[in-house]
Amino acid sequence: MKRFFRRFIEKFIEGIFFLSSSVTTLTVLLIVVFLFREGMGVFNKTPIEEGFAIALNKNNSVKEISSLDMKNIFDQNITNWKTLGGNNDSIILFRIDDISNYFTDEQLGDSLQYVPKCISSLVDSLTGIIAFIPEKYIDKHFAGRKLPMDKISVGKFLSGKEWFPTAQPASQLGVLPLILGTLWVSLMAILIALPLGLATAIYMAEIASEKVRRILKPLIELLAGIPSVVYGFFGLIVIVPLIQKVFDLPVGETGLAGSIVLGIMALPTIITISEDAIRTTPRAMKEASLALGANKWQTIARVIIPYSMSGITAAAILGIGRAIGETMAVLMVTGNAAVIPHTILEPVRTIPATIAAELGEAPQGGLHYEALFALGCILFILTMATNLLVEYISKKRKYNKQ
Amino acid sequence: MKIRTHQVNLYYSDFHALKGITMEISANTVTALIGPSGCGKSTFLRVFNRMNDLIDGVKITGDIFIDGQEIYDRKTNIDDLRKNVGMVFQKPNPFPKSIFENVAYGLRVNGINDKKFIEERVERSLHQSALWDEVKDKMKKSAFELSGGQQQRLCIARALAIEPSIILMDEPASALDPISTAKIEELIYELKKNYTIIIVTHNMQQAGRVSDKTGFFYLGELIEYDDTKIIFTNPKNPRTQNYITGRFG
Amino acid sequence: MAEGEKISSNKMLKQAIAFNLFRILSFSVVAILIIILSFITIKGFRAISWEFLTAMPEDGMTKGGIYPAIIGTFYLIAGSMLFAFPIGVLSAIYINEYAKDGFFKRFVKLMTNNLAGIPSIVFGLFGMSLFVNTLGFGDSILAGSLTLGLLTLPVVIRTTEEALKAVDHSFRLGSYALGATKLQTIRRVVLPMSLPNIITGLILSIGRVSGETAPILFTVAAYFLPKLPTSIFDQVMALPYHLYVISTSGTNIEESRPIAYGTALVLIAIVLIVNLLANGLRRYFGNKVKMN
Ligand SMILES: Nc1ncnc2c1ncn2[C@@H]1O[C@H](COP(=O)(O)OP(=O)(O)O)[C@@H](O)[C@H]1O
Ligand SMILES: [Mg+2]
Repeated sequence: MKRFFRRFIEKFIEGIFFLSSSVTTLTVLLIVVFLFREGMGVFNKTPIEEGFAIALNKNNSVKEISSLDMKNIFDQNITNWKTLGGNNDSIILFRIDDISNYFTDEQLGDSLQYVPKCISSLVDSLTGIIAFIPEKYIDKHFAGRKLPMDKISVGKFLSGKEWFPTAQPASQLGVLPLILGTLWVSLMAILIALPLGLATAIYMAEIASEKVRRILKPLIELLAGIPSVVYGFFGLIVIVPLIQKVFDLPVGETGLAGSIVLGIMALPTIITISEDAIRTTPRAMKEASLALGANKWQTIARVIIPYSMSGITAAAILGIGRAIGETMAVLMVTGNAAVIPHTILEPVRTIPATIAAELGEAPQGGLHYEALFALGCILFILTMATNLLVEYISKKRKYNKQ
Repeated sequence: MKIRTHQVNLYYSDFHALKGITMEISANTVTALIGPSGCGKSTFLRVFNRMNDLIDGVKITGDIFIDGQEIYDRKTNIDDLRKNVGMVFQKPNPFPKSIFENVAYGLRVNGINDKKFIEERVERSLHQSALWDEVKDKMKKSAFELSGGQQQRLCIARALAIEPSIILMDEPASALDPISTAKIEELIYELKKNYTIIIVTHNMQQAGRVSDKTGFFYLGELIEYDDTKIIFTNPKNPRTQNYITGRFG
Repeated sequence: MAEGEKISSNKMLKQAIAFNLFRILSFSVVAILIIILSFITIKGFRAISWEFLTAMPEDGMTKGGIYPAIIGTFYLIAGSMLFAFPIGVLSAIYINEYAKDGFFKRFVKLMTNNLAGIPSIVFGLFGMSLFVNTLGFGDSILAGSLTLGLLTLPVVIRTTEEALKAVDHSFRLGSYALGATKLQTIRRVVLPMSLPNIITGLILSIGRVSGETAPILFTVAAYFLPKLPTSIFDQVMALPYHLYVISTSGTNIEESRPIAYGTALVLIAIVLIVNLLANGLRRYFGNKVKMN
């Protein structure tokens, strides 16, 4: 009886161990579910704010208006229907607030009960009108034409060049500048960090004495431990003004500042992983090179680096992955302009920085909120891809060297 | 005499690994070094191309002459020494490069850039190591694609390419199958015509088959050094006797 | 021979150039670290005082101290570790001691790796969606701690696994030979022997948690909250978020600079202490194990 009880306890506790070990898997799955559930909502909506509609005069020959054109119309960058392939007629903007310019309070009724009729007659009388109005003010016998709006498509979302989610009347949800900004800043960061990190890794693994190495190693660990917000702060206080001064720019918050800060932050990853890779070079291979009359440097350059190439590649990719996902430091130093960058001396905005900066103001469940989760999905996919790539490279390496 | 050592002592920090080794080796012979594991055979072998210099805390005393020149002398250029003294290791250890580049490596690191010369030398070395026919159509392929035995012959070709006069082999066949081993032994016999070879081996039959002279090491000492025939049939020292009859080791 | 010497000296020259270049580059990495540390230490030292550490912020966070942020970070560390440490350790025990080599083990390891690779802002999104909204915890210590806990779970698992692996298999066999069950062996032999390394892992994860900003942005962090929390459903200020706020969007960025430096120094000090503690532990117990 007692023995049975004890066996039961052992099994029970093993069960608890087992459940704990499935928490990480569960978390990854939950992250996928929640991220995509919220993020995919974007593709079920039109860029027009919910409960609102766009209406035109019924004789207007323009059949549909893209959300970008919509923005340009309401920004008065497009002022004639001709531009959109319609009649030569100048565009008259109408927002619901404008109604008092056209009608008296009496005409609208004391409880605004005549507003739908007024709007209907207004849209009927002005041939160039474009009206942005709440659905509830659209009369049953509406004399104008409600413009059909397409749902946001994945393609448009990914290839759109404008990110302006709070634009009226149509949100501009093009993530291309954000994706490009993220990749730009991260790749530049690696270009800065790789030579420096690789040199340090080689120095630590092959050149430095044991004593020097024992000093360097904890310093690199320390570098890895500094919180990203501290890097961001340092970047903001030191690097940003420096860049502004050196390149004589109006603002120092630029892609370059982000890349430098991210580059510094990527150093520990690159150094540690490539040092490990370099150390796997078999002693016999190094000795074979030396025995043929090669000196130490020739051995490093011609044997050790080629041998550890896949590990070094993995380090670089992992570094890029980290840089892509880094939030706070980038948010603080890149200036966050959501435009496609042309030079590294312009402000750029990355995906994580966008999420961090905007989620606080996006109402839960709204289009903007969902769009930010969709950005999270993109980020998730990008970093997963880099992780799997690294996994694949190191598998292949093991296979090649067995 | 091609090689002459006199009272060579070697210390790994405090550990006395070689104790007063004196030995003479004539040109174009094969000398086998035998003895139980850990007795200093590899250490002694690595004295000749100064491979022990790489290890921290190694101290060497005594004299080692190759072609009459003291190789631990300050005047000796270590690159030139290693060009003259080739080495083949226990496990095949080709570089992560093509077959061709593996053989060309020693030439390139020693400053030779003449393409035609390198091609000729690579081909000749591969002929010498009896590998040419097997690899001539895949010179650009990675050396890792070869079998273990082929890799080891590639490593021999790699050593031959820089035209050493001495070749050191540290248990070159211990990681190989019997057929590959036979090929390597055959090769050693061929190479003897042009090179002085020192080979460490665990395998008594192998020592008997390939070598002219044999040295028996025990706990860092050279116990007995004589013609191979004598060592295997009529050793003077009882410890040698015990070892070759398999009573220890 | 002359030719050979020329080539040889050419080789030596290239080597000398390369090695010195690498030395310079390595030391410039160290120099970067030293510049960052000394910059923040020197500037921050002026701001730090007993009052700074124990007073509430005042005048739109341009004066006063950072007490609530310190306390908030402390609560978040405690909360996340209360969650992540037991689960992480139990999980590592299962993977290392119970699970057989095979698909399940590989899969769990892959998932743990993947979790470690997910950017912290994604944890922020997830925490907001699950804990704050779906489970209705609101912006709270609970939501923030759980989010941070999930984030550090892979760190705890990995360090614990390494600690368990470091215990030689013969100790387990010895215990089995005396008739101990698996659980008894783990409890009485494996865990005591690996405890120092597990604690080191715990300390390192604390370092990680204390500096994370993105996961707490939308799950717990308060911009300005001059009072201490009274329940796990309260919001708190936190050091890293506080640094972000006062250096980018405070009411008066210039005037709150000294506070920013001081906050940065406190963060750096935490990291320094954590690293020293972890290294010290490693060295102390490393020697002790060797001596036995
Ligand atoms: N790098 C080293 N540092 C310290 N001791 C060593 C080193 N290499 C070899 N030894 C010691 O020197 C002795 C001889 O080693 P070795 O020459 O490799 O023996 P063998 O090749 O005969 O098996 C052994 O006891 C070994 O432990
Ligand atoms: Mg040996």
